[in-house]
Amino acid sequence: MKSYETVIGLEVHVELATKTKIFCSCTTQFGGEPNTHCCPICIGMPGTLPVLNKKAVEFAVAVGLATDCTITKRCKFDRKNYFYPDLPKAYQISQLYLPICRNGKIEIETDSKNKKIGIHEIHLEEDAGKLIHDSSSEITLIDYNRCGVPLIEIVSEPDMRSAEEVIAYLEKLKLILQYLGVSDCKMQEGSLRADINLSIREIGSDILGTRTEMKNMNSFKAIVRAIEAEKRRQIEWIELGKGVIQETRRWDDNKNTSFAMRSKEDTKDYRYFPEPDLPPLEFSREWLEQIKERQPELRDQKMQRYQTEYGLPEYDAAILTGSKPLAELFEKTTILCKKPKEVSNWLMVETLRMMKERELEPDQLSLQPEKLADLIQMVEQGTINRTISKEVFEHIFLEDIDPKEYVKKNRLEIIRDDTLLKKAVEKVVEENPQSIKDYQNGKEKIVGYLVGQTMKAMKGKADPTIVNKMVKEVLGDTIIESI
Amino acid sequence: MEITPETIEYVSALANLKLNKEEKIQTKKDLEQILGYIEVIQELDTKSVEPLTHIVQRKNVVREDEVKESIDREQILKNAPLIKDNCFTVPKAVDV
Amino acid sequence: MDITKVSALQLSKAIRSKELTVTEVVLAQLNEIRKREPLYHCYISISEEQAIKRADEVQKKIEQGEYANSLLAGVPIAIKDNICTKGIKTTCASRMLSEFCPSYDAEVITRLEAAGCIILGKTNLDEFAMGGTTETSYFGVTKNPNNINYVPGGSSGGSAAAVAGGEAIIALGSDTGGSIRQPSSFCGVVGLKPTYGMVSRYGLIAYASSLDQIGPIGRTVEDCAAILQIIAGEDKKDSTCAINTVSPSLKAIRQSIQGKRVGFPAEYFEEGLSKEVRIEILKVVQVLKECGANIEEIKLNTSIYGVPAYYILACAEASSNLSRYDGVKYGFRASKYEDLSELYKETRSIGFGTEVKRRLLIGSFVLSSGYYDAYYNKALKVKNILREEFRRAFEKVDLILTPVTATTAPKIGESLSEPLKMYLGDSYTVPVNLAGLPAISVPCGKDKNNLPIGFQLIGKPFGEQEILQTAYQYECTVQKGEK
Repeated sequence: MKSYETVIGLEVHVELATKTKIFCSCTTQFGGEPNTHCCPICIGMPGTLPVLNKKAVEFAVAVGLATDCTITKRCKFDRKNYFYPDLPKAYQISQLYLPICRNGKIEIETDSKNKKIGIHEIHLEEDAGKLIHDSSSEITLIDYNRCGVPLIEIVSEPDMRSAEEVIAYLEKLKLILQYLGVSDCKMQEGSLRADINLSIREIGSDILGTRTEMKNMNSFKAIVRAIEAEKRRQIEWIELGKGVIQETRRWDDNKNTSFAMRSKEDTKDYRYFPEPDLPPLEFSREWLEQIKERQPELRDQKMQRYQTEYGLPEYDAAILTGSKPLAELFEKTTILCKKPKEVSNWLMVETLRMMKERELEPDQLSLQPEKLADLIQMVEQGTINRTISKEVFEHIFLEDIDPKEYVKKNRLEIIRDDTLLKKAVEKVVEENPQSIKDYQNGKEKIVGYLVGQTMKAMKGKADPTIVNKMVKEVLGDTIIESI
Repeated sequence: MEITPETIEYVSALANLKLNKEEKIQTKKDLEQILGYIEVIQELDTKSVEPLTHIVQRKNVVREDEVKESIDREQILKNAPLIKDNCFTVPKAVDV
Repeated sequence: MDITKVSALQLSKAIRSKELTVTEVVLAQLNEIRKREPLYHCYISISEEQAIKRADEVQKKIEQGEYANSLLAGVPIAIKDNICTKGIKTTCASRMLSEFCPSYDAEVITRLEAAGCIILGKTNLDEFAMGGTTETSYFGVTKNPNNINYVPGGSSGGSAAAVAGGEAIIALGSDTGGSIRQPSSFCGVVGLKPTYGMVSRYGLIAYASSLDQIGPIGRTVEDCAAILQIIAGEDKKDSTCAINTVSPSLKAIRQSIQGKRVGFPAEYFEEGLSKEVRIEILKVVQVLKECGANIEEIKLNTSIYGVPAYYILACAEASSNLSRYDGVKYGFRASKYEDLSELYKETRSIGFGTEVKRRLLIGSFVLSSGYYDAYYNKALKVKNILREEFRRAFEKVDLILTPVTATTAPKIGESLSEPLKMYLGDSYTVPVNLAGLPAISVPCGKDKNNLPIGFQLIGKPFGEQEILQTAYQYECTVQKGEK
């Protein structure tokens, strides 16, 4: 068999987190009763006209600036014409001739190496409505709530060679978008959708093979599976001596395979022409500066700051800033309890463990900074010990409960009553007569065992340091008495 | 300019129109005559001319990102020929 | 006061001086409509009840001292049926929209109502404003009140005929390639196409978005100026609407035209122009000279490319603008279809008339893959050349005098069979739309069949005052001569 390489380019559609739609003032909120986030403009009533949302433009530019793109000084909108029920005007306002950003790049890191992935262009456009296929009848229902939500399409160069690189690219892109605050990037809600253009060629060749476009992957894992499957499929065809057909394919994650989408009788002839209803955009130096100034702290800067300002190790800073929700949780909790290293420990160890156990993504975290800060403070103040605190943590991670109340209700505070404690220790020593001898013979290890037994007897609610001290005292006293 | 039957098929598919036999003949005639006439603009030298897409010299016409109440669904749906479950409807649509 | 002959300004004066009530005016007008409508068929719908109710409201408000600055308070107005009116059917004279009832008012309607005007009804037009005779209307042809065997012109034929035939005092039309000026000329009334961007297009059902413009039709130049004052000016809902425009006051248009330079383009008076029209317009030259204007010959060589460029741009944009009519969201839906594709095709094939379909096919062709540069882009360049040519002309003159049409109105039934000939009939009017200029059509005599002849004055961008002023001086001089 010959050796092949996979050539992959991505078209990523991102819904922008503006409050209103791109061309009208309807809300962009996800969901809602069908056709309630609509007005004459977004459902394309005769006579209506679009008015551009400034925020959508600034978000697109911000992404361009963060990905080293050239911002098109004078950009325009074009109409992309095609009939489909999710598109009420039968044209999508998009950008063909002069997209808003061009020629950028994103640097990715994989196990093997660092690499630059080129951004061909970013263009601004409107999203379509949602079709609901009624399985019981031969009817398709149309909900236009999503129609007109601003989108950017980020088109990469065909610079990726493996699923690993694709995921690294998407992770990096997602971080940039989330840090900029331009999108929540929820794949399950469709606010980030990636189409994969993939082709195969013999290693050493510099000619691109015929590519296919793969749609409908709704998780990173699905993307990996789709790439692997399509790679195998194309190589098989090539090996069989049949050419790859240029087509759009739909990934079915349940069946772990893809299907060619029925190509419309008319080949895609979108009859693009300049949108006459929208005057051009012209970016002055001042406007671009303003957008730049408003740009929030991005990942790399944040990582640096965590090390210098909070004294976190590079590894920890990298993990924490590796997802925006985690970084936000870190910062908010730190502001409340002023213990960055403690906060970092809780996130790095317990939080990540719990997330892994329950297969949660960072954006699904419901842990509230106030609660984590309270927990840390309780430990600091000696209200509860570390063992108990882990138990409390599990509860505040999973449920909406107040840690202070929980500790109170379940009587988890450290017992500070010395007489009570002493009695417990004495009882434990009594039950272990051999221990006195061992201690006399210099077996210091026995102290730990007795501390453990006492803690157990106290249901963990004692301060181990105090118990330790007390065990030694009791042992000492017993020895003296026995002399 | 000669307009082939394939062109007629193609263009009517783009416009989403169904033409009967007579209409096809008429369309061939119309297109040939009108496109033939339109050709006259090719004689104008436009090498150094920019296409004029917008006659009013406005730019950066934008609005602030402020939500306004959407209109009643009843108003959205009232002109629709066929609705179900508060949605517009079409015969089963295949994915494109 | 004869409501079928009076001017809007005279009428509002009578209303304000309590000679007449608004209700009396509206009832008298409705009465005339009832009598004349069977003969002329100017209207698609008459909103009798609403008009009577509104008349009462407006009368009360006038008595309460409202509308003190409104020149046309209490005056009824007819609206071309491609301008959206909330709660009144807006059909575009198409089967496709024969039952369509907008949920919002066009901006011009909002402004007219705020000024105390009363909507009488919706006037006939060529289907989707495509045509020059009103014969392509789904609701039947309108007759020319000067001679009912002849067409009123189009596409705003219903509006022009209503004003000429005593069925309305004033009216709104829309002008994409001459659709206000040509019927005004054929019917013997005054029609103004404002500069592109002078009047909001919000709520005007689009034919060719880059060329469409709403404008007034009246019996006098002053009436047109008064309507323009109400409807013109920035609208945030139309991004192509100009800002900081000033519509001329009546005082301004009554000024002398002493020393004004009127351009006379010889190209517009060459072969093709009928003898009768030429003779009448040459008389206009004399009148303007008497008024103190200087006539100067100018060159407009490129105007001959106006018609082809116009039909490329207009048909292309129409093919996109009219794609939304697919039987899903509003309008006609075919009753028999097997699947989605058939629903679209059947609906559109039955819902649109012959001329509309012809233009949609031409438009789809010129935008189809491989032809964009040769047609659409080329036409945009021609548009630029035309605008530049006018700009140079306006360095030498203040306004330009031309015919509106080559002949007077054709007989009913004579035009539709030869589309190209019909398109060529727009030669004198389309260059104005392409260059985005204001132009007015003013009556200047009649031919042997009692059919009116008009002349056209073309102004600089936003030079409405100069053409209105010149037209007003002409009108006054001629009227004086008649007395």
